Amino acid sequence: MTQRIAVIDYGMGNLRSVAKAVEHVTAPGDEVLVTDNPALILNSDRVVFPGQGAARDCMAAISDHHLNRAILDAAQSKPFLGICMGQQVLMEFSEENEGTELLGLFPGSVRHFPGGRGPDGTLLKIPHMGWNRVSHNHDHPLWGNIEEGSRFYFVHSYYVDPDDGDLIEATTDFGVTFASAIGRDNLFAVQFHPEKSADDGLQLLKNFVNWNV
Amino acid sequence: MLAKRIIPCLDVDNGRVVKGVKFVEIRDAGDPVEVARRYNEEGADEITFLDITASSDNRETIVHVVEQVASEVFIPLTVGGGIRVVEDVRRMLNAGADKVAINTAAVFNPEFVREATTKFGSQCIVVAIDAKKVSGEGEPLKWEIFTHGGRKPTGIDAIEWAKRMADYGAGEILLTSMDRDGTKIGFDNKLTRAIAEAAPIPVIASGGVGNLQHLVDGVKEGAADAVLAASIFHFAEYSIGEAKRFMQDRGVEVRL
Repeated sequence: MTQRIAVIDYGMGNLRSVAKAVEHVTAPGDEVLVTDNPALILNSDRVVFPGQGAARDCMAAISDHHLNRAILDAAQSKPFLGICMGQQVLMEFSEENEGTELLGLFPGSVRHFPGGRGPDGTLLKIPHMGWNRVSHNHDHPLWGNIEEGSRFYFVHSYYVDPDDGDLIEATTDFGVTFASAIGRDNLFAVQFHPEKSADDGLQLLKNFVNWNV
Repeated sequence: MLAKRIIPCLDVDNGRVVKGVKFVEIRDAGDPVEVARRYNEEGADEITFLDITASSDNRETIVHVVEQVASEVFIPLTVGGGIRVVEDVRRMLNAGADKVAINTAAVFNPEFVREATTKFGSQCIVVAIDAKKVSGEGEPLKWEIFTHGGRKPTGIDAIEWAKRMADYGAGEILLTSMDRDGTKIGFDNKLTRAIAEAAPIPVIASGGVGNLQHLVDGVKEGAADAVLAASIFHFAEYSIGEAKRFMQDRGVEVRL
């Protein structure tokens, strides 16, 4: 059966790579739709919610595109994959831009990396940019065929800190141990960029498009 | 821990990879898509394209190259060369580039960097710095920013410039030693370390790689977050995989 996957476009960052990577792993006949139309988003079978840029700009863009409701509805009703800012804005509050209210689906905050030096004395440069290890907390269908501790590509200065530790699907170390993936029911959200993480990233996207919640 | 990145760099002229390539098992070594695909298979952590097209009439060709590569190769792509105004940045990002490197335009108009990072975010703006040693024998080390392929001095101190670019929101520095570029005798690790310790953002070392030990030195002595090389990979002297295993054996954390 063919399916329609919506990639939510609210003007924050280039979604071409996300859409291309999802297309790359879908079956023939599946449709990948880049859209800001709430009705199309809610009518699709799966939703990918990417995002780049500053928290305040992202929230303003979501609001300008009248997407708050559609994002929250989709996040609670169908297979939903948040990526980067699409993970962060699911929380309540971000330290970014002198404090920014977020969508508030999950209790908890988004915090700035402390920086400083790592255990071996190297400077922890911010943004956290590059390939870091992702350690799985639980088995999850989205980790299928992905080795524990595999590296994914990150680029960000803030990280999510959910109040409910059970939400955490994976952690990564960068001065602090942070939640690089969170999940609940039909929702999975990652800080790294699967669309830029070579084979393991494509595998995660493939697992998502085949995920039976 | 975060892995040190290995970044092959490709010079692209009129949409074709230049500087003779001797890849085996590759049909068209001048095709940026084929070369990028090969580097991805070998385990490159990112790929950088430097557009050296001289005529502005042919600038569009790099846009098509980026579009094609981004549709098939799913690792970060950086594009540099001829980025002068915000519209250039937007075009490259829309084509599928993840990061855009600003070089000369930053020197002549530093506000451009601030404008670009405000509009598109720090994560996608790399400032390319071409530096040359200007201190004499016995003097405290000092490097200056040069333009026009290392021919024109600007009087700007390289360390101060790197800090300023970080303040303006740059997400990363691509640091090329113009003394070492093309020499194959290794990075200027003193320069790299001076910049890497002064700037709070990641630094990519470039210029001078002739063998795999130079990559290790760039990380260990230069404190670089990433190392960029063109010819050693391009002429297939070493594969990216070989480079990474060599580095890992010498205690550098890499993605294998």
